[in-house]
Amino acid sequence: MDLNKLTATEIAAKIKSKEVSAVEVAKDTISRALKVNAKINAYITICEDVAVEQALLIDEKIADGETLSSLAGVPYALKDNICTKDILTTCGSKMLYNFKPPYNAFVSEKLQEAGGVLIGKLNMDEFAMGSSNETSYFGTVKNPHNRKCVPGGSSGGSGAAVAADTAYFTLGSDTGGSVRLPASFCGAVGLKPTYGMVSRFGLVAFASSLDQIGPVTKDAVDCANVMNIISGYDNMDSTSLNVARPDYTKALVADVKGIKIALPKEYFIGADSSVVQKIMDAVRLLESMGAIVEEISIPATDYALAAYYIISSAEASSNLARYDGVKYGYRAKDYSDITDMYFKTRGEGFGDEVKRRIMIGTYALSSGYYDAYYKKAQQVRTLIKQGFNEVFEKYDIIASPVYPTTAFKIGEKADDPVKMYTGDICTVSANIAGIPAISLPCGADGNNMPIGLQLMAKAFGEPTLLQAAYTYQTATDFHKQEASGI
Amino acid sequence: MKITQNDVEYVARLARLHISDEQKEKLTRDMAAIIEFADKLSEIDTTGVIPEAHAIPVQNVFREDSVKQSYSRDDILSNAPEKQAGCFCVPKIVE
Repeated sequence: MDLNKLTATEIAAKIKSKEVSAVEVAKDTISRALKVNAKINAYITICEDVAVEQALLIDEKIADGETLSSLAGVPYALKDNICTKDILTTCGSKMLYNFKPPYNAFVSEKLQEAGGVLIGKLNMDEFAMGSSNETSYFGTVKNPHNRKCVPGGSSGGSGAAVAADTAYFTLGSDTGGSVRLPASFCGAVGLKPTYGMVSRFGLVAFASSLDQIGPVTKDAVDCANVMNIISGYDNMDSTSLNVARPDYTKALVADVKGIKIALPKEYFIGADSSVVQKIMDAVRLLESMGAIVEEISIPATDYALAAYYIISSAEASSNLARYDGVKYGYRAKDYSDITDMYFKTRGEGFGDEVKRRIMIGTYALSSGYYDAYYKKAQQVRTLIKQGFNEVFEKYDIIASPVYPTTAFKIGEKADDPVKMYTGDICTVSANIAGIPAISLPCGADGNNMPIGLQLMAKAFGEPTLLQAAYTYQTATDFHKQEASGI
Repeated sequence: MKITQNDVEYVARLARLHISDEQKEKLTRDMAAIIEFADKLSEIDTTGVIPEAHAIPVQNVFREDSVKQSYSRDDILSNAPEKQAGCFCVPKIVE
């Protein structure tokens, strides 16, 4: 079997046993990434020299008999809003087209310490705003299952790179579904951890109360191994939770007997029949393995989308105020004075979607509108959290589609912002409430396009999600579906 | 609340975003549609509900007021669009 088709855990074992060297695996991944990137545009930067240097170091340590982490020598890639010291970090934007951070993000540092091999930085919707990876300054990412289709967003590159076997795992960021949606559209596993479990230090901020970094992997086993490395308390992130993290691999047990799964009817409204079919097949399979499944209603769901777009836009307008051409990034060439410099830099440096969101956010926070929009949205946030708390008193897992459809065609929704936003109905609530959520492949539609099953749990419920995902994957092989579009 | 072109111009000034005349029309339409979508929030009864900014309760995180190693000046200036004498260069602000 081709090396690149293996999982991260499998290739790590081969490297550790010296069946193959880390350098060989790195070079194999790099050459595949270079070849495939012309077709899918998943990578913005491929850092060959850094990767080979890191791989050499691992081979030396193995030769010396050092004990290494479970993912030592494994090639991975990072979404381009995660800071990597001295390596271009663009956020998919002209505004940061030349930005090389002087520091590593917490997760970048952790993966480096664990001996991961950084292949490159991944394409994304500009400043993480988007659901289809069509707003990047560096071009649209194509879905490896069908290049006429979007890979999902905003971590489109993260999803596409794993599906195309041009990285063994990637990290994305999820503010309203941006890890889970590409995972769903590309047929990978994507996890959004509990808010505060993975440090945001070095993640370029979009909406600070919603953003979380999460792994995109080929299966649940890899997801657990990556979580063990990236999850941890960080005093540089004041929202980082100072709690013990479990060994997530301990959750990889094939058992769902007695697990109570809730199906909220609001998440299925408007979903394609092919999607609903596969979600129900998956849920019935878990039921046959001992889970208890019941239909419920979560009325606050209807308002989650509106609350999300107000809260995230408001926070984005504040977070993106720092892009003024003064200290880093793009600066306009012609301006009359400092204020004109700000106007022109921001007018020229930001794309349309980013400008839309900054405008919405500024409006929602401005005098006269603050109470009607921002404060109201924060109150709805409380109601959504309460709604989930009530559900999790009786149930262990909430199951739903990740998105009402499979990957849509490039350009199909690009002109209608509201149409693009309404698809996020299934994913935004988990960010609003801060609870963990995972997307796993559960089949494909009539065109062979992958469908993702979303499972949500209460705060710190990652082990519950991983156990259910692992159990499901011992009985199915949808996560092994190859991308036939490249 | 219906968004007008005046609203768009005002908000763009607040946000320091230069919007061309061609962009103004589309932006006004887009914003009107998005705000109309967000107006759904007014339907739900939130009397007595405490607004929350965070998913998980967080407390202020403090540290000791002690001097620690930070980044070198060269590191911080490495991405500057314009620099001079160890400072960021910007257009004159005060006459």
